[in-house]
Amino acid sequence: MSDPRNEWPLWEVFIRGQHGLSHRHVGSLHAADAEGALKNARDVYTRRNEGLSIWVVEAAQITASSPSDKGPLYEPAESKVYRHPTFFDIPDEVGAM
Amino acid sequence: MYAQMVKSEASQEDPEKLAAFQKRIDANEKIEPKDWMPEGYRKTLIRQIGQHAHSEIVGQLPEGNWITRAPTLERKAILLAKVQDEAGHGLYLYCAAETLGVSRDELTEMLLDGRMKYSSIFNYPTLTWADMGAVGWLVDGAAIMNQVPLQRTSYGPYARAMVRICKEESFHQRQGFDIMMKMANGTPAQKQMAQDALNRIWFPALMMFGPSDKDSVHSSQSMAWKIKMNTNDELRQKFVDQTAPQAEYLGLTVPDETLAWNDEKGGYDFAEPDWSEFHDVIQGNGPCNADRLEARNRAWNDNAWVREGMMAHAAKKRAQKVAAQ
Ligand SMILES: [Fe+2]
Ligand SMILES: [Fe+2]
Repeated sequence: MSDPRNEWPLWEVFIRGQHGLSHRHVGSLHAADAEGALKNARDVYTRRNEGLSIWVVEAAQITASSPSDKGPLYEPAESKVYRHPTFFDIPDEVGAM
Repeated sequence: MYAQMVKSEASQEDPEKLAAFQKRIDANEKIEPKDWMPEGYRKTLIRQIGQHAHSEIVGQLPEGNWITRAPTLERKAILLAKVQDEAGHGLYLYCAAETLGVSRDELTEMLLDGRMKYSSIFNYPTLTWADMGAVGWLVDGAAIMNQVPLQRTSYGPYARAMVRICKEESFHQRQGFDIMMKMANGTPAQKQMAQDALNRIWFPALMMFGPSDKDSVHSSQSMAWKIKMNTNDELRQKFVDQTAPQAEYLGLTVPDETLAWNDEKGGYDFAEPDWSEFHDVIQGNGPCNADRLEARNRAWNDNAWVREGMMAHAAKKRAQKVAAQ
């Protein structure tokens, strides 16, 4: 068995596809360091001009919400229907609003 | 296919949890890495995605064989780009498998010591330049047949990897067919070379879909979990229906005397490959099994110093940065 400490760490890759769009997660890869991760990301995820800008983040640095908290985590939003414009009835005569 | 004969594991979990999981799958919800999943689902997927990834990686070898001998600089650049894509496919898939809790090195080691398989097709040699045409046309063509429906597979990371891969495959098949067109319309000797490549690669390509449904014992659980979307015979039939007219267009003959259009079923009748040969190749006795594994082991061992050196360099730079602060 190989020593797991010798495995290159995992990086998550985010790419801005076009001007005006935010970076989007495209996948992950292994690299020894951040510069290596950027170079690998270019080769693995932008072979057809898919990106204008690349972010790499070491996967271990990401904190993720857990699917089992789904209920309690999002409950505050669920009970506030008045946050949506459709909650309010505006008479047709008023026009577009 | 790229994952042939993947044994699916039974699950012994709480029936209520299993039923709730199946309900999510039936509703076409994607399962994500942190979600609860049956152990059998997880293990079967590791095996399937791992085998698929290994196939992409080992699949570079038969084509890599011709990069230095491509007939023109343009063909060489195209083949190089195609093979580079296959490396990318392997990497997308390894990452998808890693989300299931297996490490990259473990996957690599299981390939290198033969515990995990790759597609039988890559254990055949590529003897002439026409094989680059036949491989792109038939092997990538067969891969597309299998990968397109897998874009809808239930496991999110696998489905997303498939979407990326499918975007790139069509170039692979077309460059292969383009080579075949050139050869088939070339000199009689070139046309003969194209015919010879078709003769050798046809049946191994049909084997890529795995054994006939009547002998395929592991399908039903995988199909219920939506990690297998079609049966082997369905895909094989689709492949023949699509490919036979293309061979005709090329003016080449499919090496199967029984191949004939069947109006009633709305598809071709065709001969099954020799399944004893298939099982023999899977067991490790194909013409190139030993070569392929030897090449992968050599690459892994000979480049260990690069992997280790990069890690040491990264650690040194981190230490310097801390010292400077
Ligand atoms: Fe591929
Ligand atoms: Fe391909």
